Amino acid sequence: MRPGILVTADGTVFRGRSVGAEGVAGGEVVFNTAMTGYQEIITDPSYAGQIVAMTAPHIGNYGTNAADDQADRPHAVGLVTRSMSRSHSSWRSRGGFAEFLAAHGIVVLTDVDTRRLTRHVRDHGAMPAAVGTDIDIADLAAMAAATPEIAGRDLVGAVTTAAAYRRQPDGDIRAEVVAYDFGIKRDIVTALTDRGIAVTVVPASTTAHDTISRSPDGVLLSNGPGDPEPLTGCVDAVRGLLGKVPIFGVCLGHQVLGLALGATTFKLPFGHHGGNHPVRRRADGGVEITSQNHGFAVDLRSGEGPTPSRPGTAPPDLDTPFGRVVATHLNLNDGTLEGLACADAGAFSVQYHPEAAPGPNDATRLFDRFVEVITRAA
Amino acid sequence: MPRRADIESILVIGAGPIIIGQAAEFDYSGTQALKVLREDGYRVILVNSNPATIMTDPAFADATYVEPVTPEVVAAIIAKERPDALLPTLGGQTALNVTMALAADGVLEQYGVELIGAGLDAIAAAEDRGRFKEAMKRAGIATARSSYVHSVEEALVAAAGLGYPVMVRPSYILGGGGTGLAHDQDEALHIVAAGLHASPVGEVLVEESLVGWKEFELEVMRDAADNAVIVCAIENMDAMGVHTGDSITVAPVQTLSDREYQEMRDEAIACLREIGVATGGSNVQFAVDPGSGRRIIVEMNPRVSRSSALASKATGFPIAKIAAKLAVGYTLDEITNDITGETPASFEPALDYVVVKAPRFDFAKFFSVDPVLGTSMRSVGETMAIGRTFPEALQKALRSLETGRMGLNADPGEAPALALEDERLLQRLSRPSPDRVFLAAEALRRGFDAGHVAGETHYDPWFVDQLAQIVEIRAELEGGGADAATIRTAKRFGYSDAQLTYLLGEPVEGIRLDAGITTTFKTVDTCAAEFEAKTPYFYSTFEDEDEAPEPGDRTVVVLGSGPNRIGQGIEFDYCCVHAAFALADAGYEPVMINCNPETVSTDYDTSSRLYFEPLTVEDVLAVLMVEQPQAVIVQLGGQTPLALAHAIEQAGFPIAGTPPDAIDAAEDRERFSALCRRERIPQPRHGTATSIVEAMEVADTIGFPVLVRPSYVLGGRAMRIVYASDELEGYLADLYNATPGGEVDLGESPLLIDRFLESAIEVDVDAIFDGAELYVGGVMEHVEEAGVHSGDSACVVPPPTIGEQAIATIEDYTRRLAAGLGVRGLLNVQFAIREGAVFVIEVNPRASRTVPFISKATGVPLAKVATRVMMGERLADLRAAGFIPDHPVTTPYTSVKAAVLPWSRFPSEDTILGPEMRATGEVMGIGPELGIAFAKSLAASGRAIAEKGNLFLSLADRDKPLGIEIARVFIDLGFRIFATHGTAGHLARHGIATTGVDKVGEGPYDPVRLIEAGDIDLVINTPQGRRARGDGRLIRLAATRHRVPCITTAQGGRAVAGGLQAGPDTVTTVTSIQDHHAAAGIST
Repeated sequence: MRPGILVTADGTVFRGRSVGAEGVAGGEVVFNTAMTGYQEIITDPSYAGQIVAMTAPHIGNYGTNAADDQADRPHAVGLVTRSMSRSHSSWRSRGGFAEFLAAHGIVVLTDVDTRRLTRHVRDHGAMPAAVGTDIDIADLAAMAAATPEIAGRDLVGAVTTAAAYRRQPDGDIRAEVVAYDFGIKRDIVTALTDRGIAVTVVPASTTAHDTISRSPDGVLLSNGPGDPEPLTGCVDAVRGLLGKVPIFGVCLGHQVLGLALGATTFKLPFGHHGGNHPVRRRADGGVEITSQNHGFAVDLRSGEGPTPSRPGTAPPDLDTPFGRVVATHLNLNDGTLEGLACADAGAFSVQYHPEAAPGPNDATRLFDRFVEVITRAA
Repeated sequence: MPRRADIESILVIGAGPIIIGQAAEFDYSGTQALKVLREDGYRVILVNSNPATIMTDPAFADATYVEPVTPEVVAAIIAKERPDALLPTLGGQTALNVTMALAADGVLEQYGVELIGAGLDAIAAAEDRGRFKEAMKRAGIATARSSYVHSVEEALVAAAGLGYPVMVRPSYILGGGGTGLAHDQDEALHIVAAGLHASPVGEVLVEESLVGWKEFELEVMRDAADNAVIVCAIENMDAMGVHTGDSITVAPVQTLSDREYQEMRDEAIACLREIGVATGGSNVQFAVDPGSGRRIIVEMNPRVSRSSALASKATGFPIAKIAAKLAVGYTLDEITNDITGETPASFEPALDYVVVKAPRFDFAKFFSVDPVLGTSMRSVGETMAIGRTFPEALQKALRSLETGRMGLNADPGEAPALALEDERLLQRLSRPSPDRVFLAAEALRRGFDAGHVAGETHYDPWFVDQLAQIVEIRAELEGGGADAATIRTAKRFGYSDAQLTYLLGEPVEGIRLDAGITTTFKTVDTCAAEFEAKTPYFYSTFEDEDEAPEPGDRTVVVLGSGPNRIGQGIEFDYCCVHAAFALADAGYEPVMINCNPETVSTDYDTSSRLYFEPLTVEDVLAVLMVEQPQAVIVQLGGQTPLALAHAIEQAGFPIAGTPPDAIDAAEDRERFSALCRRERIPQPRHGTATSIVEAMEVADTIGFPVLVRPSYVLGGRAMRIVYASDELEGYLADLYNATPGGEVDLGESPLLIDRFLESAIEVDVDAIFDGAELYVGGVMEHVEEAGVHSGDSACVVPPPTIGEQAIATIEDYTRRLAAGLGVRGLLNVQFAIREGAVFVIEVNPRASRTVPFISKATGVPLAKVATRVMMGERLADLRAAGFIPDHPVTTPYTSVKAAVLPWSRFPSEDTILGPEMRATGEVMGIGPELGIAFAKSLAASGRAIAEKGNLFLSLADRDKPLGIEIARVFIDLGFRIFATHGTAGHLARHGIATTGVDKVGEGPYDPVRLIEAGDIDLVINTPQGRRARGDGRLIRLAATRHRVPCITTAQGGRAVAGGLQAGPDTVTTVTSIQDHHAAAGIST
């Protein structure tokens, strides 16, 4: 048995057993409450720079398979579980999860009191931490303390594609979309190609001019890791696209769109990471159960600080040079903004993940809506 | 949408008596729903014939009808109460069936009653196999491949197309009769031919077999705005082929990838939409081929269910409560999640623990039945356990069952498995049975390949590996690894101290505590700690952080009754819940410990704090250490908490009320006899024997008939009434053979022998003693004579045939016994009255099965009063405060409690009643006179008896005098009587003409053939001896098979006759219990 330890920046120690790669890793520790979908989570580039603690106790039960990867490698820097499965059982499985993680050099702790860790993060906020098989607590504590906060850092540069690439649907092409890769999940691309859309995935640094020169029918702003505020280049690019081409933003893409429209963003205490967040559609009052993974949120009432923690009334509309921006979706747990639209600019976005992967498929119709908008325009 | 203002009154249909497959979960669900409907200002009308329920407490509805849950009676209630709406989804299959019948009869339309929750179309579409398949096809959801065929040839073609094995289901056969799995063409030929013959339309469904597929259940909630959430997804460890109720089940799902789970989730919601469940909860069941992932929808239930109760307890999301709110118009996002107090109910609970449900069986009570599990549910109860991991939860669930096991093997209970030869062990893995999980672990311990175990059991390999990990820790411990780290690991895998002590050969608790390995408690909060929990609902585990609350200074712990089983059912949960209510009223903080997910006691709303824990010494003491209660209540939960009383007392926690020593004194024959002698209270003659020779001598001295039982068995098991010495010899021989190892050491556990008082009237008394004063809750006269277990006998209050003098004697004896034993709180005394003489049979200084019945009958909440007495209050003070009446309650009506027996689930079992209890539940009938009350109790227990027709009568010699009276009544009622030779002759001598029948299998008047042909409407057959063979048994079995009411005691027969004499309309004349109590001058 190899012991393993996680130390948070405030010096709290969590002991467990190491079942992944040897070594140490520093990152912001967050918890995810999803009960399935560990492989999608660990390979989601939005987790770059983070150590993920799964609240569901048994992880790895059904193994891994190529179809569930959201990127070509894990992006989280560490994983903490209560019970990492030593065996795996599924007709889909092609290998064990712990082996997969070890092969990719990810440090994994198991046998940890993950509920204690979750309560710690809930009460004190997501914070830097260090996890390692080198179990000198003082060293790990120093590493945790030296690990920078997520806020204020550009994490997109490290995960975006180096060069543009294209994905085509099997059948006829109904429209062309340029997807800004802020750390895009494969299932977002698949959601579009499944609907007959050809997708050109471009680096996050792509300018508005370059994008428009590709004359797409629509632009998708992808999910991605970290804080949107430092992504000034991306925000500028989106501002340059607003009103010129229909835009659909997802997660970090939603935040970048919000900033481009003149809203502000702020860091949530411990973020939303899971598959059970209720979101109200203001259009018809319906509730979707959504897949979420973000540490920051958009505030339409710029300058007024975080939205109230109780779900209340929606924020007032925001008038911008691009037109009126409306809050379209609200989180029913904490009242935060979950979606916005600027009809005049043909742009809309959601904070959550309509592509699920992992999580409920309640919101897949948002892709249908985007496709409808861009095919109508085309 | 806010609550509907266009309806004012709502009728809720309860589930009736506890039967296998329909148990206490419907009391839990119904009670929750009644609470919220009344909080929302609706007038609520309830019908439920089950007196042991919390929901039928008068305070839970505006009008409570303890009346039969039959279409005729519910129609009468509708006519009287004129409810605006009917909520049919809370009372199980019974309520749905009654609702469908009311709709078919036009009653709902006639009175303008609107169905809320689920409409007729939705119910019909979910219930009808063909319509369901059609609906699923429209929704694009796969069902099992199948075809309807009308000939053997067609069937063989269909079967060949599907591939063997195939499931064959005859059409329009009640209760799934004739259904069978055909493994090859020969079997198919046989089963299809029989099925075509049996089906009234000559049709059978040939369906692909799903046996061995993985099985899942999703609990879905949907509101009127079409929002839908999955509250809980449950995975069955036992694969398809074992009824869900008999399976070990796990939440959340463990072996599905997200993609597969989300597809299943989408289909479950689409299923509700297609079926048209407007609002509320439904249970949707899926099967998944483990090899290919192909998914099939199996069925859906558009109502709350056993699984929804389990899901509510497993997640903290109260499905029935929310379903009731949705039914009156709220949407999910308008309802607050109680547990967080902030977030809405429109979310899906996230679990950071594992829940395991284990079924509890009572096969030992049904001699004729093989303990093999299949598609017909046989379990009588269940336990749920919560752990941080599956191994921990599984071991906790298994030791919660109270079958003597302390976890997954590693205990003395594993001896039979250890003794099995390898070959036999492996054979038994492929046969689903109550002990299969233990055998699987034993096979792994012996080193058999995990893959082989998975293949034989159809347990998913992931589960088998979890079992293997439990077993490996055992090997480490046995290998001498009693170091702190190994012990901690073992505790984290759910090992109890008792198992560790067994493995290590020395008491382990001290070693463990010295090493600092202590129990920690975690909170069930619906959200995996993402939000702070407001509602305190805890489980134990071995982790770093302890979330246990600070001890309060007014804490009283109530120990629940564990899994339902025959002999210890919902009645005890009723008492525990009342204790919690009474404690809260009196300013205490009640804390509940229990492990039964079906019950009201394990609703987090019932007590100040709830601990979902096994009721073992270790688990209970761990909670007591944290809670530091000022008292522990052990006398309300049946035998379960009583067995813990000494350990609790020794650990320094005060027992509320009657001290454990007094409980011992009542159970110890010597001490109890000494008390009776001192008080000059007569007992039947009795003795004990430590050898066969001595047994014969004692019996001769006492005189036959005698009641004999070995002292090591509880609950009437192996108890027998023996009429002669040769029969006693036979019994003793049976006992030898029935005992593992073929030896009975009578020195260790002597044989108890009592004189059996033939033709005596048995009486039950429930009373409360406060040290000075006795309050008699009621004196109940049994319908069946002494010798039939009180739980299987019908009983009547007020007693119809017992004189004032005998009652005064009974009360006097009860008072002296209570004082002599030192009772503080409840006691139940059983008496036998023979020729005016009163004998005491036994005393139980605790709540009895009849407490809820007598509380309903008299309007005095005995368990609440007893709780306050246990906490030191005087009856005089409670009387002054209005809790008990200041004069004895005399009711102008008669109440009958009748037992409900599970014969239809055990069709090979003889239906005669004896000293061993086999009833699963009870019903109550209330009427202006005994006959009416009895008739109502029969109707309520599903034994409605034809007003006219053919009676088959066959009486034992001792019953023949009473038979004359019975026969005369039936003749007067216009019945034709068929009688066996002896009975017919006896009746003829008294001038009563009957039709004589032949022996079974001989001649045209073969009684079995008459029953099979539907020519008999009622059987009264009283057997000569305990295990009567021959014709009587065949006749009774035929009656069970063909659902012909069968009465097996002469007293029962006389009561039925009285019920019929009361007339047909009396059953449908309905009165609420509130009106009954008002008529008796009781305010409730």
